[in-house]
Amino acid sequence: MAVSVDEAASTDPVRDHTPPARRLRGRGRGRSVLEVALLTVLAVVMLFPVLWMIETSIKENRDVYAVPAKFFDFKVTMGHFKDVFVAPGGGRSALSVAFLNSVVVAGVSTALATVLGVPAAWAYSRFAVKAKKDQLFFILSTRFMPPVVVVIPIFLMYRQVGLIDTKLGLILIYAAFNVPFTIWMMKGFVDEVPAEYEDAAMLDGYTRLQAFRRFTLPLLLPGIAATAVFALIFSWNEFVFAIFLTSSDSVRTAPPAIAGLIGGTTVDWGLVAAASVVFALPVLVFAYLVRKHLVAGVTLGAVRR
Amino acid sequence: MGTVAVHGLCKSFGKVQALDGVTLDVPDGSFFVVLGPSGAGKTTTLRAIAGLEQLDAGSVHLDGRDATGDSPAERDLAMVFQSYALYPRLTAYENIASPLRARRCSSSEIAAAVERMSALLHIERLLQRRPAQMSGGEMQRVALARALVRRPRAFLMDEPLTNLDLKLRVEMRTELTRIHRSLGGTFVHVTNDQVEALSMADQVAVLKEGKVQQVGTPTEVYERPANQWVAGFVGSPPISLLPCHAEGDRLVGAEGWTLPRPRWTTAEDGRPLMLGLRAEDLSIEQRGDASLPGELYGLEPLGDRTVVDVRVGTEILKVKARPTVTGTPGERLLVSVDLDRAHLFDAGTGLALPEAGR
Repeated sequence: MAVSVDEAASTDPVRDHTPPARRLRGRGRGRSVLEVALLTVLAVVMLFPVLWMIETSIKENRDVYAVPAKFFDFKVTMGHFKDVFVAPGGGRSALSVAFLNSVVVAGVSTALATVLGVPAAWAYSRFAVKAKKDQLFFILSTRFMPPVVVVIPIFLMYRQVGLIDTKLGLILIYAAFNVPFTIWMMKGFVDEVPAEYEDAAMLDGYTRLQAFRRFTLPLLLPGIAATAVFALIFSWNEFVFAIFLTSSDSVRTAPPAIAGLIGGTTVDWGLVAAASVVFALPVLVFAYLVRKHLVAGVTLGAVRR
Repeated sequence: MGTVAVHGLCKSFGKVQALDGVTLDVPDGSFFVVLGPSGAGKTTTLRAIAGLEQLDAGSVHLDGRDATGDSPAERDLAMVFQSYALYPRLTAYENIASPLRARRCSSSEIAAAVERMSALLHIERLLQRRPAQMSGGEMQRVALARALVRRPRAFLMDEPLTNLDLKLRVEMRTELTRIHRSLGGTFVHVTNDQVEALSMADQVAVLKEGKVQQVGTPTEVYERPANQWVAGFVGSPPISLLPCHAEGDRLVGAEGWTLPRPRWTTAEDGRPLMLGLRAEDLSIEQRGDASLPGELYGLEPLGDRTVVDVRVGTEILKVKARPTVTGTPGERLLVSVDLDRAHLFDAGTGLALPEAGR
């Protein structure tokens, strides 16, 4: 097989999905009207909170608290977005620091998980490892428990080693959660690349690692991008560890920081909404950029070709 | 210079014993073919020579030096893979240049070598294409060029012709022989196609279930098969085998027929034997007194000849005949046997009987 993963990934899932779609469309008009109606209802239900968040983020405070709620007739302001980044007395706001922390923590932990996970996935795919299936199951099993179950023991361990309320602590725990995911996801991608490219490269005179780096790694890039985006989204969205393991404003990431805005006597919903919009944007952009590979990443390896 | 010697290679994949004590000696400059059905361990043998397989036991010697633990790069070999394994992101030129790049040759050296190879294999117009833009035959040529561009100790070829259509395969057979003659060098060529083996090889090693059955020149393997299995695997149409035993100066078949006992057999009376008869050593025309009675079972016209299937008892004999032969199934006929060219095997062990005085 001389198809690169790139091509295989981008064309196959698309082709696989067309026949059912065509079948549905072929079943007459009544069916498709019902479909459209159901999808519309679903879309409204799903998208309304998003729409409401965006509306609230640009409403003047007076309109935010108006009863009955104002859907269209409100005054537009960018003040809440300014408040997200700029503190009331000038200078950087606590939220902007939290966003910066989120970027650092999510970015570094994802990079760490990728750097560790991709070579591990390659090794599991290519080499005869003792009890390979058991090892892979063990690696996956670290993801069986939800974070909230392990957060207390981890809190105690972190307190012992002084990782409480540090960015490094969050980076390590997120990387630990993302490495198993990266290994499993990437193993599927590596399995798709014929081992013979590396065999051929070694006979050409390259070492095993050179063969991997020069011939296999470039073919894995789409898969790595997809995997990294998943890991990034996990780290970006993570809330439980963040709220338990960090407390100070200088360390805290965006999810607990935004949650911290709610509570007390009055809630500045405009600010909450604006912060949420800012928080949601990077994930949307990333998912949009790699959407083709996301589909491929999810379906690849699940289907034997 | 390039001798390849493997000794006692053993390798198992889980419960499957792929290699079971394979020992081969490939002389310098020879075209050595490893022949066997799929699953015989041919590819594993080749990968063991290349250093791509961790061995359970055995050694690999290259040019007389123990290379068992060496990395593939250190062994200084070139290989053509069955799937060609051309790098998908590189053009044909870059693919062919890869072994030279890995060994840090200058770009002018590389350009000269690639040019020489592409002229030899007639692939000049493919050089800027990627593998996805080539046909199977073209990829095969580029893969061959990538292997031949250096002068390694030996060239390893893993069924490079198997994925080609018949016409191209016959062409490439001639071409490979030509290349071997013009470039020299040691070739270890793996195939499951016995015609390929017989037509190209200086030496053939026949492999079955991880064991070497016989090593010899194509003529030796064809004319003196070491055992019943080799006799059956090499040759087309396949050799016909009839159970029988010796009785005085006669061979008596399980089906009741008798033939004069060949002078060279040493088998004692009563020992169960298998008589092996090749299609070209049988005839439906009367000649001599050694003949088997049977009835016509079917005709397979092949253009240049017709293979006549004759039923003798419950066995079917394949008999080579002139293309003009006709007949109706069920018709009684006599098959003349050239007993001097017959083969006798021990029915129990399958080994060929010693051929004293032949």
